Amino acid sequence: MTNSKRVGRTPSQEPVAGNGLINRRVLLGHGIAIAGAMSTAGNITGAAAEPLKDPEWSLQFGSTLPPVQIASPYEKHVVRSLSNPNGEFRNSHARTPHHLLGGTITPNGLHFSIDHSGVPNIDPAKHKLVIHGMVRQPLEFTLETLSRYPLVTRINFLECAGNSAPMFSKEPLQVTAQAIHGLVSNAEWSGVPLSVLLDEAGIDPSAKWLIAEGADAHFLDRSVPVKKAYDDALVAIYQNGEHLMPGNGYPMRLLLPGYQGNMNVKFLRRIKVVDQPAMSMFETKTYSQILPGGKTWRFHFLMEVKSFITYPSFGHSLKEPGFYAISGVAYSGTGRIAKVMVSADGGKSWGEAALQGPVHEKAFTRFVMPWRWDGQPAILQSRAWDEAGNVQPLRAEFVAARGEASNPVTTPLVFPNQHYNSLTSWGVDSKGEIKHVYA
Amino acid sequence: MSMHKPLSALILAVLFGVVSALVQSPKLGKLISESDIKQWDIAILPDGTNLPPGSGTSAQGAQIYAEKCVACHADGGKGGASPGAGPLVGGAPLTNGIDTLKTIGNYYAYATTVFDYIRRAMPFNTPRSLTDNEVYALTAYILSLNKLINDNDVMDAKTLPQVKMPNRDNYIIAYPDRI
Repeated sequence: MTNSKRVGRTPSQEPVAGNGLINRRVLLGHGIAIAGAMSTAGNITGAAAEPLKDPEWSLQFGSTLPPVQIASPYEKHVVRSLSNPNGEFRNSHARTPHHLLGGTITPNGLHFSIDHSGVPNIDPAKHKLVIHGMVRQPLEFTLETLSRYPLVTRINFLECAGNSAPMFSKEPLQVTAQAIHGLVSNAEWSGVPLSVLLDEAGIDPSAKWLIAEGADAHFLDRSVPVKKAYDDALVAIYQNGEHLMPGNGYPMRLLLPGYQGNMNVKFLRRIKVVDQPAMSMFETKTYSQILPGGKTWRFHFLMEVKSFITYPSFGHSLKEPGFYAISGVAYSGTGRIAKVMVSADGGKSWGEAALQGPVHEKAFTRFVMPWRWDGQPAILQSRAWDEAGNVQPLRAEFVAARGEASNPVTTPLVFPNQHYNSLTSWGVDSKGEIKHVYA
Repeated sequence: MSMHKPLSALILAVLFGVVSALVQSPKLGKLISESDIKQWDIAILPDGTNLPPGSGTSAQGAQIYAEKCVACHADGGKGGASPGAGPLVGGAPLTNGIDTLKTIGNYYAYATTVFDYIRRAMPFNTPRSLTDNEVYALTAYILSLNKLINDNDVMDAKTLPQVKMPNRDNYIIAYPDRI
């Protein structure tokens, strides 16, 4: 949808796709271009601003500083949603409120978390990590010793294989991006490359697998290819600059960038080097998938290219026609995001969104698409490509290959299947109300 | 695989942006013997590697089940007596749909997984409290409830890996090039 007749027009006035999408170059322009984009729709309300007065909070001494600051009381609603709010004796999930966040880094308190047997209360001075099995010399590490290694810092998303599972429903659930996509987050992780520790123990060249095990009450274990350890695996000890959150694996966890969340074993206490996978309960049952026709997928490590719009989305409403910056996140377990296309007419036409750099590999990239809403119904979608050329599948393609739930899905808390990476569509009606739709 | 060492040095230098590939690991790992790791070394491999001595039968398992498992998993392994405790028996054919409930009977590929998981994670509130004989017996009980072994079969390190699970060969490796 490139416009070859740009002469004499500012980028801001240039439609790039149907239903009001504007060329992303407006975001790169100077004040005049942006002002142009916004003013073209006119001042809808027409109401003049009122004379200014000093507000009450400016007229008294404020509060002094706490040792650990938390969000403003006006942000009390920005919280994780819980699958087990009453502390029942079972697993629990806490989902990231994507529809209420901006940027790319998920604050530690809002990073998603899943635990299958409660969060252990680990004393870091007593926690140990051992590496053994097919090695020359078994070794034991502590948080203190790992802290003395040259650490590597990088930004990576972490996604549960079951994220977005409500979209296997035949009917779109009327829930927020948090409820649908809240089991992915993005953080800066610092740790020791696992390859350094394996080399130190002297790994047997014929070893193909590692069994990584946590210190939780399930001793949760997953098999990881040695190949991944020598690609980009870390034993992470910092999350966004502070030690890991308890629900994210304190005091140390495996970080396998781009691989399904459950493999990134938390509370890491043991790595056994072996010649075959363990076929642990979590890898052969929970995090393996049934395909249409009844075959099953085993060792589906990769979280594939995906994106979703966070604003505007279900839970928001558009107060008036005019300019809006559509925004969301894109990521791929394969590498960097190369391109995100956005549609405002349910996929009939597409415009390329601006990517907010720097674009890291296997990390959230925020995309922005300028849009002038004319007050008519619209369907907003995003579709991502990664640098390897992988593209987020259209829903029809995805469902044809991967199927839909045969049973009605009545709550976003269930997992009819896993590894959903198709498009998310938000339907805007003429009142500015937003529904989750399939398109 | 003989390339691990040079490969890791290269990755350090290229991907992690370490200033020099000559940076030495500080080598701070403390030596420990396999015998000192023994209590932690609980992972059972599907060919039976690391299965401990001991044995158990379905009849023995039924008694332990009645004492330590039934409160959550209900009579006969039907499940549902506690919110998170799924059924241990039955299971529809996987051709019923992509959301078919996965059970030991319709989904597990290896019987060793049953032993491994009970031993590491059950009972839910007191993991690692069962003896190896009790774990063998409970495994035998659950496998016999699913009619995967006979009622009188003894489960031990030799017999357990030989139990043929229905879903063993019904799979596709999603990313063979990543293994």
